[in-house]
Amino acid sequence: MGAAVYFGSIGFVAIASLILASLAHDSLFEAHSWVVFIMAMVAAIAGLRVFDPECKPKPVDGKYMDSVVRAGVIATVFWGIVGFLVGLILALQLAFPDLNFDWQYTNFGRLRPLHTSAVIFAFGGNALIATSFYVVQRTCHTRLAFGNAAWFVFWGYQAFIVLAATGYLLGVTQSREYAEPEWYVDIWLTIVWVTYLVVFLGTLTRRKEPHIYVANWFYLAFIVTVAMLHVVNNLSIPVSFLGSKSYSLFAGVQDALTQWWYAHNAVGFFLTAGFLGMMYYFVPKRAERPVYSYRLSIVHFWALIFLYIWAGPHHLHYTALPDWAQTLGMVFSIMLWMPSWGGMINGLMTLSGAWDKLRTDPVIRMMVVAIAFYGMSTFEGPMMSIKAVNSLSHYTDWTVGHVHSGALGWVGMISFGAVYMLVPKLWKRDELYSLRLVNWHVWLATLGIVLYASAMWVAGIMQGLMWRAYDNLGFLEYSFVESVEAMHPMYVIRAGGGIVYLLGSLIMVYNVWMTIKGRRRDEVPMGFAAPATA
Amino acid sequence: MSEKEHDEFSGTETTGHEWDGIKELNSPLPRWWLWTFYATIIWGIGYMILYPAWPLIESATPGLLGWSSRAELTEEIAAARDEQRELREGIDNNPLAAIRADQDLFQFAVAGGRSAFAVNCIQCHGSGAAGDVGYPNLNDDAWLWGGTLDDIYHSIRHGIRFEDDDQTHYSEMPAFGRDELLDKDQISDVADYVLSLSGLDHDSAAAARGQAVYQQECSICHMEDGSGDRTQGAPALNDAIWLHGGDKDTIVDVVTNSRRGVMPAWGNRLDDATIKKLTIYVHALGGGEQEASNQSPEGGE
Repeated sequence: MGAAVYFGSIGFVAIASLILASLAHDSLFEAHSWVVFIMAMVAAIAGLRVFDPECKPKPVDGKYMDSVVRAGVIATVFWGIVGFLVGLILALQLAFPDLNFDWQYTNFGRLRPLHTSAVIFAFGGNALIATSFYVVQRTCHTRLAFGNAAWFVFWGYQAFIVLAATGYLLGVTQSREYAEPEWYVDIWLTIVWVTYLVVFLGTLTRRKEPHIYVANWFYLAFIVTVAMLHVVNNLSIPVSFLGSKSYSLFAGVQDALTQWWYAHNAVGFFLTAGFLGMMYYFVPKRAERPVYSYRLSIVHFWALIFLYIWAGPHHLHYTALPDWAQTLGMVFSIMLWMPSWGGMINGLMTLSGAWDKLRTDPVIRMMVVAIAFYGMSTFEGPMMSIKAVNSLSHYTDWTVGHVHSGALGWVGMISFGAVYMLVPKLWKRDELYSLRLVNWHVWLATLGIVLYASAMWVAGIMQGLMWRAYDNLGFLEYSFVESVEAMHPMYVIRAGGGIVYLLGSLIMVYNVWMTIKGRRRDEVPMGFAAPATA
Repeated sequence: MSEKEHDEFSGTETTGHEWDGIKELNSPLPRWWLWTFYATIIWGIGYMILYPAWPLIESATPGLLGWSSRAELTEEIAAARDEQRELREGIDNNPLAAIRADQDLFQFAVAGGRSAFAVNCIQCHGSGAAGDVGYPNLNDDAWLWGGTLDDIYHSIRHGIRFEDDDQTHYSEMPAFGRDELLDKDQISDVADYVLSLSGLDHDSAAAARGQAVYQQECSICHMEDGSGDRTQGAPALNDAIWLHGGDKDTIVDVVTNSRRGVMPAWGNRLDDATIKKLTIYVHALGGGEQEASNQSPEGGE
């Protein structure tokens, strides 16, 4: 029965994609139909390889459904490397524009959304889906609800990533930042995401614990809000149901505000709330200490989700957006400072009584650095939302530096910490292949971010000052291109930071790979000096 | 839960819940955290009273300070204009020669011209105005259409071969090769003759043959001695300055296919004061020429 549904739906998708390819109104829609057809063929072959004609009852893989989490961890690591690599290429293109190669598929404009979507949605999204499936089972003491629906979420989400990424390279875009995929990919993601919500809620309602753990509140807020943001921001009318182009339902400043309401809350609910959920499980688990304050977790959770949703207009200071809406964005951003820091306090203070582990456990070290970057970014954000600061920082690389200290520091490093904790558990190993390699990863990642963020601070402030510099007769001192030229050394340093960060994550790939193979590195444990060689 | 559980390390009581081995302490909210949170809320309320905040049906509450971003911008621009008022009026009300002669106006025009040049002109003429292949260098004294203030002003305002402007400078060199007006040998010969005009290496036999072709086809615009004609934008060929390149292949290519460089008419995009300032700036780069009327009588014809 299961097999019939599986192969039946693949057959349907394959035939439908062939029909769409033949009827397509533009070549891009046709190309995407073929991508869907190829994915259906891959799914069919993969299905046949595990197909069992006798339908013997399969042994359940333990108390919890961990197979999908294992797949999620591998996807997280894979897409992470892709995203970081494309980011590095972009950083080098900014420093050395010849690296665009004058070819449409390697052009900055097409690679840029590939990078942002790969790190936010492919790397971050897979990390959130995998850890939420892991955490919700452990903290609810029950198996994921609705059987293979979790596998549909996983593969459906990978299909979304492939469609989005191939679309960017081919030139399919609706030109909405962080929401570039066109209408048909948006519809597919909506189906996948609602299934994700159903699985998560179903598991919560089946829980065998009287209370819902704080990590799950954050995960749930993330899933529900992202669904709402995604649907509203992508409301559009396709030019043709057989074509790849659509037009937004909103126009002018309403369109800009909808876009930034979406994009800001993608930061708030995807990159903040979701990863706070991750932190609330993995930090106390690794430190083996109770969460510092239950009360703080309640207050900062509700304050965070109530305040965050209004802060988007701060992306449109000094634009056509009415002043009252700019006030709204700025005031709510300032009030958001402490609710954001509540998560940092709860994360760091949970370590009280376990600070000595920083010396011996680089995984804890990784997560502490992540929380520190979280605290720094959530202070910097409200500061940059103040109009006077924003008038200098807006449109400059300061914004880029801010985003990356949050993305590389907080999102990246808390995810690395979770991966390092999950891999031995999921593959039933006692420990990682090497903790010393984790330590190398911590320091390379930190060094990479410091190079990146400080280069962008200098670049951003320099740009801001050059753009507003007047000579004593009241004329602009610099042209735009002179500010671009002045950025060059900073762009080279930024790319250097990217190389170092990527290097650290490649060490993680090796460490994860060797752990899965069941190896242990012969090394002196952390916290002990290497034995003196005679 | 008759007896509260306490954490051994901190002595804080726990909530009594446990998930997968994780417990929670019931620590109170940190005071500094709570008071800072309150302070941001109070600040927020204060800000919303002072500044535009609450949307109503027609508009929003203006705030006690009556501030608006548009009014602020208007005031800032007005203040900046006010500071420049005298000099701006000087630019508006004086002819170019008078601006050039007045030290204050001249400095103001050069500063403003430099700023406008950096935004509008450097894309083709380069940030040092040194030009590029096909784009004239503006630092030297070789001018295609004239180097007096009035000439430069006219070129900037009406453009070169810019068809939307009826006063634009216009001329077309024939594409002698493409349109089969000359054959390949003749073009090759004439290129050697052109090289000889500025004393570059050339084949003298070919140049001698080319001279006849030149006198018949080229001298009407470029003049018999190759000194060019500014009324037609015909470059001088007897100097070391080349717009497209001074090697034989390039010359053959230009004669064969012709080149007709275009510059937009900036009168459609920039106000008259900015064009005046650009004129003064370009004139002052090094190659600016005196007005004809100022020259000695034998200078003109």
